[in-house]
Amino acid sequence: MTPLRYVRAADKVDALARVSSGARCLGGGTNLVDLLRQNVEQASELVDISRLHGAIQERDDGGLFIDASVTNAALAAHPLVRRRYPVLARALLAGASAQIRNMATVGGNILQRTRCTYFYDVDGARCNKRQPGAGCDAREGFNRYHAILGASDQCVATHPSDMCVALAMLDAVVHLSGASGDRSVPLADFHVPPGATPQVETVLLPGELITGVELPPPTDAMVRSDYRKVRDRSSYAFALVSVAGGLALAEGRVREARIALGGVAAKPWRARRAEAALIGVAPQSDAFVAAIREELADARPLSGNGFKIGLVERTVVAVLTALAGARA
Amino acid sequence: MSIRVNDTEVPPPDDARVSLLDLLREHLHLTGTKKGCDQGACGACTVLLDGNRVLSCLTLAVQAEGREVRTIEGLAGANGELHVLQRAFVERDGLQCGYCTPGQICSAIAMAEELRRGDPSYVTPDIAAGPAAVTREEIRERMSGNLCRCGAHNGIVEAIELMLAETAA
Ligand SMILES: Cc1cc2nc3c(=O)[nH]c(=O)nc-3n(C[C@H](O)[C@H](O)[C@H](O)COP(=O)(O)OP(=O)(O)OC[C@H]3O[C@@H](n4cnc5c(N)ncnc54)[C@H](O)[C@@H]3O)c2cc1C
Ligand code: FES
Ligand code: FES
Repeated sequence: MTPLRYVRAADKVDALARVSSGARCLGGGTNLVDLLRQNVEQASELVDISRLHGAIQERDDGGLFIDASVTNAALAAHPLVRRRYPVLARALLAGASAQIRNMATVGGNILQRTRCTYFYDVDGARCNKRQPGAGCDAREGFNRYHAILGASDQCVATHPSDMCVALAMLDAVVHLSGASGDRSVPLADFHVPPGATPQVETVLLPGELITGVELPPPTDAMVRSDYRKVRDRSSYAFALVSVAGGLALAEGRVREARIALGGVAAKPWRARRAEAALIGVAPQSDAFVAAIREELADARPLSGNGFKIGLVERTVVAVLTALAGARA
Repeated sequence: MSIRVNDTEVPPPDDARVSLLDLLREHLHLTGTKKGCDQGACGACTVLLDGNRVLSCLTLAVQAEGREVRTIEGLAGANGELHVLQRAFVERDGLQCGYCTPGQICSAIAMAEELRRGDPSYVTPDIAAGPAAVTREEIRERMSGNLCRCGAHNGIVEAIELMLAETAA
């Protein structure tokens, strides 16, 4: 780690001024401190926003506004989140450990970097994300954890967040603040596919801050929702694949379906094709299989992760079957 | 602003890069808190920050300014009487080499508080209602951030169960 200055943001305006002049935002530090220490990233100044008042507020329309500095632990424990958006609480609780969730913030979780081991291996591996043009050692290497959807020749890394998969399913909106004003972007469009520039991971502009995340008023499929994560050990591991699902039925047919996938792409993958295929069908396993197969038609597995196609299929079926059987 | 470590005010380090873990071990010689991986993967460095469990290896010491840190050295009573969980670890053989133990103990003390508040875990069947019973599955999931390479897990879980039973009474 190179020497750096540390300041605590006095308020949002102060944070913004510092970030505009080149400081890096520090949330809990659970990802950034590690990346700085391993020299994957560099910074000369950190502006700590974790002590800015972090609130979770109910909106008049029944939605929620979550400040960027709210911790993952506080969000998962919030009564309204647990009751109205259970998928979000479960996804948060599936991530990392209690210790890390106590430190990690919502903003930092969204902007956490990939866990591709070649990205971390500064001295030993080629990585286009870390060093544009260097090449990608994952493509022909250890790629068990890598992407099957939306990847490119340049990069096959996945986004590791569990929380973001639930946020994509919930139509969450990310609120941003920059020198030229405020704007908002749907979470599902916030992360971008790698293409030829895998170093560009999100639509966040230099000097911009995430100020918060907004959840829309809960629909029936948001309330009847759940998250399931499949990993190499049963806890404290990143996802091989994960599924955020929500289902609402009417007269024995699917009225509303929501599905997002984790561990399969450089972004949380909202499975809109599968969702569309489910509307109006009887909630049974053959229909679930057909729907997710449509979504995975474009999947391009690598040498070590072909199992993910079947694993996604089975996990989606398991999640939707449980939701269909759950009492309304 | 100083950092309060086990009831003593200490100045923050001049170098912002110093982790809370290195401040404790190298600067304050509180070597009870252990460095296993230094990258958030093992939980050996777990301490309590304002009562919440955190990883001191991923926390910069300056992030703890104005806050209260409690480590394994600060758990026993004034007369040296062990914390109820420390005693339970001895009684239930919750350790072999002991390297993970300070982290396990700090972690479990905060976990008990999370349970008391009714916070759910990933394995809690009804997320909205919270944990109905403190099953072994609940304890194991909630303690999964603390690895033990000796495999003393059965004793660790039993020690935690003993503490929960004693403090509920
Ligand atoms: C061992 C281990 C296991 C883990 N397992 C999982 C897992 O299973 N699932 C999972 O989802 N995650 C997992 N994580 C990752 C963890 O969730 C992230 O490290 C955490 O969410 C990051 O939040 P933070 O506040 O600590 O971010 P920081 O480390 O503080 O920041 C991360 C990035 O976000 C930027 N940033 C932070 N806040 C803002 C803001 N408001 N505006 C603009 N930029 C901002 C920082 O500049 C930095 O680039 C794991 C981490 C570890 C160490
Ligand atoms: S030393 Fe901190 S988690 Fe391993
Ligand atoms: S007792 Fe040896 S690592 Fe846990």
